[in-house]
Amino acid sequence: MKRAGQNHIVVPSRTDRRFYGHGIPKVEVQRLAGRLIVVEGADGSGRSTQIAMLVEWLEGSGHATVQVGLKRSTLVSEELERAQQGNILSRTTLSLFYATDFADQLENIILPALKAGFVVLADRYIYTLMARDMVRGMDESWLKNLYGIAIEPDAVFYLNVEPEELVQRSFAKNASLDYWESGMDLGLSRDMFDCFMKYQTNMENMFRKLQVTYGFTIVDGMRSVEDINAELRKKISAVLAGKVTSPSN
Amino acid sequence: MLMQRKTFAEMGFPGRLIAVEGLDGSGKSTQIYLLKRWLELQGLKVYFSEWNSSELVKAATSKGKKRELLTPTTFSLIHATDFADRYERHLVPLVRAGYIVLCDRYIFTAFARDVVRGCPPEWVRGIYNFAALPDLTFFFKADLEVSLQRILEGRPQLKYFEAGMDLRLASDSYESFRIFQGRMLEQYLAMSTEFRFLVIDANQVVEQQQAVVRELVANKIQLENFRRAEQPTPKSPPTSSKRTVTAVPRPENVLK
Repeated sequence: MKRAGQNHIVVPSRTDRRFYGHGIPKVEVQRLAGRLIVVEGADGSGRSTQIAMLVEWLEGSGHATVQVGLKRSTLVSEELERAQQGNILSRTTLSLFYATDFADQLENIILPALKAGFVVLADRYIYTLMARDMVRGMDESWLKNLYGIAIEPDAVFYLNVEPEELVQRSFAKNASLDYWESGMDLGLSRDMFDCFMKYQTNMENMFRKLQVTYGFTIVDGMRSVEDINAELRKKISAVLAGKVTSPSN
Repeated sequence: MLMQRKTFAEMGFPGRLIAVEGLDGSGKSTQIYLLKRWLELQGLKVYFSEWNSSELVKAATSKGKKRELLTPTTFSLIHATDFADRYERHLVPLVRAGYIVLCDRYIFTAFARDVVRGCPPEWVRGIYNFAALPDLTFFFKADLEVSLQRILEGRPQLKYFEAGMDLRLASDSYESFRIFQGRMLEQYLAMSTEFRFLVIDANQVVEQQQAVVRELVANKIQLENFRRAEQPTPKSPPTSSKRTVTAVPRPENVLK
């Protein structure tokens, strides 16, 4: 097969689509022709850098792209941000607030874009939301039902970076650790550094657990930006050519 | 999925939760207001909470409604968020502190409304399964025409979502409202046995209904256990302005 060159644009072939659960009422999944690519990983794992590079590459290859991410909905992003600043929401409330934010983007951006044949790049998806809630002790079956509205992506990449390295990157960038990314609300330790390490380790373990169910690709995020991007491109090329990368069960 | 099937009493909490459900215009808000006054005047610990009233979520809900941004799914989720906030921060702590908590609408409103909007029933019920069942649920059952008349008498500006206009049932908002309310009623009636609704004939006059409600409450809840020590009351959020109750009979006139 010819490689995607300057004059050769790969036309994505149709693949089977499904919602994880009940889905969204009145949506015909088979009409969603585009591709949904998810990049997961902790803050500092390089998600946004990788996504920016992927957009350049995809657009250069003739694919229209759209980006989504957590807390970016028109409906509740501001209110969610404000509520989180005050740290006053209890866990079920916060969980449902995030689910609302996700659903708004799913229905107003992701699904219409897929229908129009776009490549949708999601900077985090339901897995981060589920993992965060699960390390906080919430019921997995409750979350599965809640996020049964989500469409199954064509590929999910989890950028895996050791907590020790995440700390270094966070300090290099902001000279501080984020309250929520340190899981300070969990009170794992009074010391923020300890808390960050414990929380990120818990999150990593939770992702590995979710990986078994959702079959996403774990990408070694400790390598150079270029090496990681090369791996992502290779796998996304396969997805565009209609090959299934993520085993789903 | 495991459904939370226990009431607050069955969970061993000292307080009790009483919910009222019914169509718009069934008179349920008037009835729960009168119940609240009766309990308060006996010096009992009472807290009142209204559907869709959490301060935190309100801004987002009203923006969504005003700009018609909501889909059945986000409509459902944003109301679940509102409920969760009130549930975790007010309802549960107050029941645990031995209060009688009165709720104008509870999870059954979501069960009926979201399903009429097309959300899968199991999905909606699954989301709310963190919530305990009320100890008493009054369902104010008025004939569809009676509740429609009560609401439509003043020819009010029906709000978009209130009239179910998002469902495209009819191009006329009054017609849409009628169809929407009819479907809501079907949903409520289908749940009535499963959730042991105490059905009140809402075609009766206010005083007759209230007498029945008070008698049932007095029979089913040991009201003496909820007497307040001489302490200030926590402030219930104010009853919204649209629910004005005119010519409220004084409680002693209604009782026996």
